Amino acid sequence: MKILNIVLSAFRALHRNKMRSFLTMLGIIIGVAAVIAMLAIGQGAEYSVEQQITALGTNVLIVLPGSQNTSGLRQAAGTMTNLTEEDAQAIMHECPAVSLLSPGTRSGGQIIAGNLNWAAGIEGTGPDYLEIRKWGIEYGEFYTEQDVKGAAKVCVLGKTVADNLFPESSPVGQNVRIRNVPFKVIGVLTKKGQNAMGQDQDDVVLAPYTTVTRRLTWYPYLRQILVSATSPANIPVAQKQITELLRMRHKIAPYDSDDFTIRNQADLASAATATTEILTILLASIASVSLLVGGIGIMNIMLVSVTERTREIGIRMSVGARGRDILTQFLIEALVLSLLGGITGIILGVGGSTAISAFAKWPTIITAFSIVLSFGFSIAIGIFFGFYPARKAAMLNPIDALRYE
Amino acid sequence: MSSTGPVAPDVGRNGQLIRIDHLVRTYVLGEVEVHALRGVSLAVSKGEFVAIMGASGSGKSTFMNIMGCLDKPTKGSYVLEDIDVSKLSRDELAHIRNEKIGFVFQGFNLLSRTSAIENVELPLLYSSVSTGERHRRAIEALQMVGLEDRAHHFPNQLSGGQMQRVAIARALVNDPSIVLADEPTGNLDSRTSVEVMGIFQQLNDKGITIILVTHEPDIAQFAKRHIVFRDGKIRMDKANLTPRKAAEVLRDLPVIDDDDEEEA
Repeated sequence: MKILNIVLSAFRALHRNKMRSFLTMLGIIIGVAAVIAMLAIGQGAEYSVEQQITALGTNVLIVLPGSQNTSGLRQAAGTMTNLTEEDAQAIMHECPAVSLLSPGTRSGGQIIAGNLNWAAGIEGTGPDYLEIRKWGIEYGEFYTEQDVKGAAKVCVLGKTVADNLFPESSPVGQNVRIRNVPFKVIGVLTKKGQNAMGQDQDDVVLAPYTTVTRRLTWYPYLRQILVSATSPANIPVAQKQITELLRMRHKIAPYDSDDFTIRNQADLASAATATTEILTILLASIASVSLLVGGIGIMNIMLVSVTERTREIGIRMSVGARGRDILTQFLIEALVLSLLGGITGIILGVGGSTAISAFAKWPTIITAFSIVLSFGFSIAIGIFFGFYPARKAAMLNPIDALRYE
Repeated sequence: MSSTGPVAPDVGRNGQLIRIDHLVRTYVLGEVEVHALRGVSLAVSKGEFVAIMGASGSGKSTFMNIMGCLDKPTKGSYVLEDIDVSKLSRDELAHIRNEKIGFVFQGFNLLSRTSAIENVELPLLYSSVSTGERHRRAIEALQMVGLEDRAHHFPNQLSGGQMQRVAIARALVNDPSIVLADEPTGNLDSRTSVEVMGIFQQLNDKGITIILVTHEPDIAQFAKRHIVFRDGKIRMDKANLTPRKAAEVLRDLPVIDDDDEEEA
C-alpha cells in the first residue's frame, strides 16, 4: 500500500472521530506549547543575565591577594596581605595586554550629610575605575590622577547613596563625613542597577584608594586590582602576563602555587548563565512531562481505536493486507495525530511566548532549536506510543478479527 | 465420488484448481483438543460451482477458512494453482488472499462510512496497481454486479442485497482464481437471496470458480456440485445435474416489495 494512500486513509479515520482526535491531540498541543513557552522564558532570562554581565565590562580581570594560610588553616581568597601599589604599577607598565588598571581597597561605614545618614560600602579606586567598569558620571566630575596622588578628601556618590543623603538638593559641592573624616562630594554616578547576584551597585561611595588607605582603613595593602585587558580576546593573555609578573615579584618558586588569584568576568558570566541554564532545563523538563502524558493519551486512544476497528482490520487482512500494512496504517494514524498536535502546539507556544513578552514585559526568546526539539519530540512520541497499539492490530488473527462483534 | 480417501487419479491435472489431501485441523482449547477436520481430501476444477453444506460444528467453516488461506491446516496439504499454500508464512498467505481469493461473507463486511467504490478498491490498495487502474477495475467490478450507479453511496445508504453485491464486486476486483462465499444469503430475504445467487450463476457462466458454504438446501440447489460435511469429514460429494436457474425462480416468485429494494 502506498504511503500517500495510507496517509489519506489515516486522515479520513481521524476525521470520522473529530472530537476524539482533537481531545487526543490536545495533550500533545499543550505539551509542545508548554515546552516552547518554557524554553522561551528560560532563554529570555538567560539572555538578560548575559546582558547584565556584559554591562559590568567584559574584558575585566580582578587580581586578588591569595588566601592566608595559618598553620594549614586556609582562609578565603583575598585574606593575604601581599598585594601592593608597586605590584599594581608593575602590572600597568610591564604587561602589554593590560590597557587600564585601578588599584582598589574597601571600607565601609556610616556616611553623614547634615542631619541625614546612610550606611554604604566605600570603594577606594584609581581614576580609571569608571572606564574599566563602563560606568559614567551623571553630574559633577570624577577624581583625577592628581587627587589620587595627593590623597584628596573627595568622593563620588552612587545613585542610591546620593538619593538617600541628598533627597532634595544637589550633592555636588556638599560635604559628607565618613567615619568623622570630611569628604567633598564632587560627582554622582549614573544609575547601574542590580548586578547578576541582585546586589544594588549604586549603593556605593567611590574615593581615591590612597585616601581610603591613609584616612579610613590604615591598611597599606590593596584588596584588589581591577584590570582591563586590551580586548576580550586578550583576557587569557593578560591573565598569563600578570601571573608571570606577580610570581616573579613575589619570588614564588616554580613548584609553589600562586599567592594571588585572578578572576575574570567571563568566569562570573558563565557561573551566572549556568544558573539560568539550570532554570531553563528545569522548566523544560516540567513541560516535557505534559508532553509525555499527551503521548500516553495517544497510546490510549489508539488502543481503543484498534479494539473498535477489529472487524475493519479483519476485512483488510482478508483482502490481502499483511501485518506490516496494518502496522503502518495505525502507526501513521498515531503519527498524524502527534504531528498535527505538534504543529498546533508550536503555533500556540510561539503565540503564547509573544503574548507573555508583550503583556508581562518578560523577555522571551524563541529559538529554532526549541521548535525543532518539540517537533522532533512529537514525532518520537507518535512513533513510540503508536507502535504498541499498531503492533497489537498487526498481530490479530484474521479469522478472530472478522468474527469480532 | 464419495471420498474420504485420496483424490482419484483420473481427475485431470490441467483443469485442476484446488487439490486438498488429508487435511486435518485440530484446535487446542485449554486442555481439550477439538478435531474440526479429520482428514478431508477434495479436488476442484476451474469453472466449478460447489456448494458445501453441513450442520454447524460439521467443520465446513474451518474448511472454508483454510481454503481461504485465513487459517493453516494442522496436517495435510492444500495446493492452489500449483502452490502448496499449507506451507506458507503469514505474509505469503496474505499475498495469496490478495491475488487468488475473493471473499463474500454473510455479514457483508464492508467498511462503514466508506463509499461502495472505495470498498471495492480495497484489495487493490494492497497490490501494486496504479490509482487510475484501480479506479477502472473497481467500476468494472461494480458493473458486473449491476451497481455502477451506486458507486458513491455509503453502505448505510444501500439495501442488504446491494451491500452483498458490493461485497461480490470487491471479491471480483482482483480477478481471483476462486470466489469463496460463506453463507452469502444468510442475512437476506428470500427474493434478494435468489437475486444474489443469480449473480453468482452469471459469474460462474463466465468461468469464475465459486465455492459456496450454506446450510440452506434451497440455496445449495443453485450450485452444480454438492459436498456435505459431517463431524469433520466429507460424507457426500456429488454433482447436481439439475441446478435451479435463478432467473427462472425469480420469474415465478410473486412480485412483492419490488421497488422497496431500489429505494432503501
